[in-house]
Amino acid sequence: MKPEIEARLALNPSLVTSVLTGFLRDEVTKVGFQKALFGLSGGIDSALTAFLAARALGPDRVHAVLMPYRTSSPNSLADAMKVVEALGIAHTVIDITAPVDAYFAQVDRALGYEANALRRGNRMARERMVTLYDLSAAMNALVLGTSNKTELLLGYGTQFGDMASALNPIGDLYKCQVRQLAAHLGVPRSILEKAPSADLWADQTDEKELGFSYDEADEILYQWVDLRMSPDEIVSRGYPERLVRAIVDRVRRNQYKRRMPIIAKLSGRTIGLDFRYLRDWGT
Amino acid sequence: MAWSAYRVAIAQFAPKLGDVSANVSQHLEYVNEARQANAQVIVFPELGLTGYQTQDLTLEVARHVSHPDIQRLIQASRVVDVLFSFVEEADDCRFFVTAAYASGGRLVHRHRKLYLPTYGMFDERRYFAPGDRVRTFSAQGGQAGVLICEDAWHLSSPYLLAVQGASVIYVPASSPWRNTMAASDFGSHAFWRQLLQVYAQLCGCFFVFANRVGYEDGVHFYGGSGVMGPDGEWVAEGPASERALVVADLDFHMVRRARYTTPLMRDERVRLVLDEMQEAVRRRSTDETGD
Repeated sequence: MKPEIEARLALNPSLVTSVLTGFLRDEVTKVGFQKALFGLSGGIDSALTAFLAARALGPDRVHAVLMPYRTSSPNSLADAMKVVEALGIAHTVIDITAPVDAYFAQVDRALGYEANALRRGNRMARERMVTLYDLSAAMNALVLGTSNKTELLLGYGTQFGDMASALNPIGDLYKCQVRQLAAHLGVPRSILEKAPSADLWADQTDEKELGFSYDEADEILYQWVDLRMSPDEIVSRGYPERLVRAIVDRVRRNQYKRRMPIIAKLSGRTIGLDFRYLRDWGT
Repeated sequence: MAWSAYRVAIAQFAPKLGDVSANVSQHLEYVNEARQANAQVIVFPELGLTGYQTQDLTLEVARHVSHPDIQRLIQASRVVDVLFSFVEEADDCRFFVTAAYASGGRLVHRHRKLYLPTYGMFDERRYFAPGDRVRTFSAQGGQAGVLICEDAWHLSSPYLLAVQGASVIYVPASSPWRNTMAASDFGSHAFWRQLLQVYAQLCGCFFVFANRVGYEDGVHFYGGSGVMGPDGEWVAEGPASERALVVADLDFHMVRRARYTTPLMRDERVRLVLDEMQEAVRRRSTDETGD
């Protein structure tokens, strides 16, 4: 990363922590909830959400849900438990193997062929979402999101799966900023240092799958999204054209994942177009 | 009466979005607190009666000045002057972001927001009509003026009040926290602080900045209210992000000394400004028509 971009992406961690913990406290309690829950994978993003939530609401008002699948790395569960122990928060382990395998046993038979890795990964992400939303009702706790800005922009996530939540405290932080804030808040070292992975199969890493590093993505996304430079301008500043195009295309291609379903307009007042209220309406 | 001293209280609080009666009650509680603090004026943030992003709630939260909700606050000014802000509905059904200054149970001055930001995260012009005048009025401590949030980001606004003799400019705001990631930069907060400091020194007057706190759909309003003196020093500073009643004494001897020491407003050449503005406007409109 160029030093001047790195400097621009350097957080003031205590300031950001105070804004994000205030956000969680305010938005959880004003809709009538006292508690929050989230999926805790053992990765850095959900660990950061856990640390922010525990700080915002108090450890007795947050609940971590660990949802391993049979192929998940044992290290992931161990790292997730380190977060649980470090924060002293309640947790529940729900193994998603049985429902996911039962689903594919039936659907593979019906279709006559085996699901590919993408479908299997999406199904797991959505199984976790279904579990979180059920536990949300069971525990009267709001679901917190764990997707960062880099992932959301790249669309490296499952729509209605890991991208689903009621509140997302980390969605405006690039991956490199997630690392900074996580280190500041004391996220365990093993989590800070391991390669980011969706953990859907052995040796999977995000960066191998994406074809570029998060630092490369952050550096280009920051200049394009935040500084509003054109892709050509970014290329002229010394970045490989193929990389810039690949990132920009990914963001555009995945815009649908970041929006609510679009509605065919018929009436004079259509939800999402000219029926405009904040979600905080009435809170 | 000019060249006296008086005490201002700033209610740095979080209005409840769309709930005017709850917000009127909160206002009245703060008026009470201000009175207990022996303040002569209490200042509330922009759209304190409605919350900031009213969007399609605008139609239901709008109040004509004759509305009982507004009259209650005007009545409350019998004990302490009250500067409050609401969505004002005019007789012709236009909606304005308005700040009203009430004193002695009467409405003394009304300022309708001149500049409605409609870019980036802002969408005000979609719902509101812009005001078309910026005037001083006679109040505690002499001539006072009001600028609502974005109004103060336009150079000409404090200038116009200063040449009318304002010795205090009130700035009710709903300023959201943004561009504040970088370690060395407090973004919008830093910008406000610099702006108020420079303006106060250039205009030789006090600035009373009343910014709200709280969150609306993830947007954070950071507070940081306070009073900037004509010497460019903070007289009082509120906390960031927390509710507070910020109290400050405004001593108008400071205005007198600042204007004597650095008589920028005395030396201001308003006739020159007027002539050059007329010429600039003429050229600008010529350019725009492509001539």
